[in-house]
Amino acid sequence: MLQNTARIQSLLPADFTGFVAVVKRDCATCRLIEPALRELNDSLSFLLYSQDDPAFPESITSVRDDTELELSYRLEIEVVPTLIQMDAGRETRRLAGWQRDDWRRLTQLAELGESLPGFSPGCGSKSVDPGMPEKLAYKFGDTPLQARRIDVAAQQDEHELVFERGWSDGLPVIPPTEERVLKMLTGTTRSPAEIIGIIPPDNVPCTVEKIAINAVMAGCKPEYLSVVLAAVEAACRDEFCMHGVLATTYFAGPILIVNGPIRDKIGMNSGNNALGQGDRANSTIGRALQLVVRNVGGGRPGGVDRAALGQPGKLGFCIAEREHDSYWESLAVERGFSRDDSTVTLFAGGGVHPIADQKSRASESLTRSLALSLRTVHHAKIYGAADALLVISPEHMRVFRGAGWSKTRFRDELAKHLTIDGRDVLAGEDGIAEGMPKRFAGKRVNKFRPSGLLIVHAGGAAGMWSAIITGWAASGLHGSIPVTVPIKSYGL
Amino acid sequence: MPLLDPTSENAPAQRERLPRPHSLINKRIALLDISKPKGDIFLDRLAIRLDSMGIEARRYQKPTFTRVAPVDLKHQIASECDLVVEALAD
Repeated sequence: MLQNTARIQSLLPADFTGFVAVVKRDCATCRLIEPALRELNDSLSFLLYSQDDPAFPESITSVRDDTELELSYRLEIEVVPTLIQMDAGRETRRLAGWQRDDWRRLTQLAELGESLPGFSPGCGSKSVDPGMPEKLAYKFGDTPLQARRIDVAAQQDEHELVFERGWSDGLPVIPPTEERVLKMLTGTTRSPAEIIGIIPPDNVPCTVEKIAINAVMAGCKPEYLSVVLAAVEAACRDEFCMHGVLATTYFAGPILIVNGPIRDKIGMNSGNNALGQGDRANSTIGRALQLVVRNVGGGRPGGVDRAALGQPGKLGFCIAEREHDSYWESLAVERGFSRDDSTVTLFAGGGVHPIADQKSRASESLTRSLALSLRTVHHAKIYGAADALLVISPEHMRVFRGAGWSKTRFRDELAKHLTIDGRDVLAGEDGIAEGMPKRFAGKRVNKFRPSGLLIVHAGGAAGMWSAIITGWAASGLHGSIPVTVPIKSYGL
Repeated sequence: MPLLDPTSENAPAQRERLPRPHSLINKRIALLDISKPKGDIFLDRLAIRLDSMGIEARRYQKPTFTRVAPVDLKHQIASECDLVVEALAD
């Protein structure tokens, strides 16, 4: 602000003492109070600035031109008319809008605006029109942004530049101009320079600013930024093992599950096509994380990303839990948060494996049915390796609701059908070389490690399908553990 | 308006040129005529010199100097040759 003060003083006469008013023609109140402005101009040390037309007001010849809006921006004018009292170049008081008594008191002109109504509200200053603060911040150099500037040559297509430099995941991105990044940063209270974590695989500090740049590229709105920041924090946690998730030849990528009130606030989709395309927040938040990993972390396919096949969700995979009509507590509540907390959970997952069951009307039958599909995760003969995320649709949830099964009951019943005799899945059994080592013969083996099965409710109202999102083959302590981060501290 | 670098900035802002080869031995040279007058004269002389040095050169031509080279031509040169000499001026 000190710099701002110095700059304001340079825009005004040296050590100006008197009154400054800012108006625009496109404001009925500004036009209304022209007689009062004229009186001020005739009586006092007075500077009048017009934001949109230096010929306004016509009856005053010395109107100053602020169509560039620099003075308005630096004085942080939000409403016109604004009247500011200055003493030796420093502001001492200001009034916004027209309140005749206040203006009279401040100017000590007892007859000011005698012919005018006592009150008329002002209009929005042009300097705070949508998008304008960022434009002005860029124009007048008050930028906190530290990132290197990459010039776009006059004949160069900025979209092609993004591809040529390897910043894109293969799809077009929004070019990250300073204006757009400044606007993105309005979505968080955090300083642009703050380091959110050390991002793999290059293990470099990842600042809020770099995350905001990539969020712009991904197509995020500013209100999504807090979710992206929380997701980056989760990806940088050691237990998530982002380096391994990248470096594996397996299918895994970071999958985001959003819980809590922020889902509705930013328009996330947890209904029809909940795992699919079409919702801006769902589509861009997960993509932003992947772009951060790619661009800041340096993790690129063929580089540290050694996936043999990969999966389309590696472009970005972000879902929201359908909480409003769920019979069960949400994933976040299971993981120790309250329903009122907004959280993002990061899960190292692969593709979507559909489960069809249109006949089970009893919870026992449906549980066995779901378990049968879950037993194929990673490989039908490998137990205890990969985690899984089970997405229960509303029509399947209805079965458990009808039976009065809590989520805990469902988990307990499911576990029974996911625990088998190791003898059945030994390497070499059924003529298949793949399988569990011989030492598991005669032992009970569980498909999932403890806490290795995540369960959420999502999807449209019709369709007796659920889905498995399969986890990384190296789940748990020796690989990736899901991480949940609260979003609130990043938000506004 | 410039763009903000989304990377960790560990790589130079300007894309680096490929290093110049230390020697032309065992390299295949593309001689690219951009279809400007007299470019062919320059390239003919160069071809003779390279031939006398025992270095293989292949000739290519852009349809017109007013436009960038067609993708197919760029791909053909990149897949057939190690480096390019382009005759730019009249």
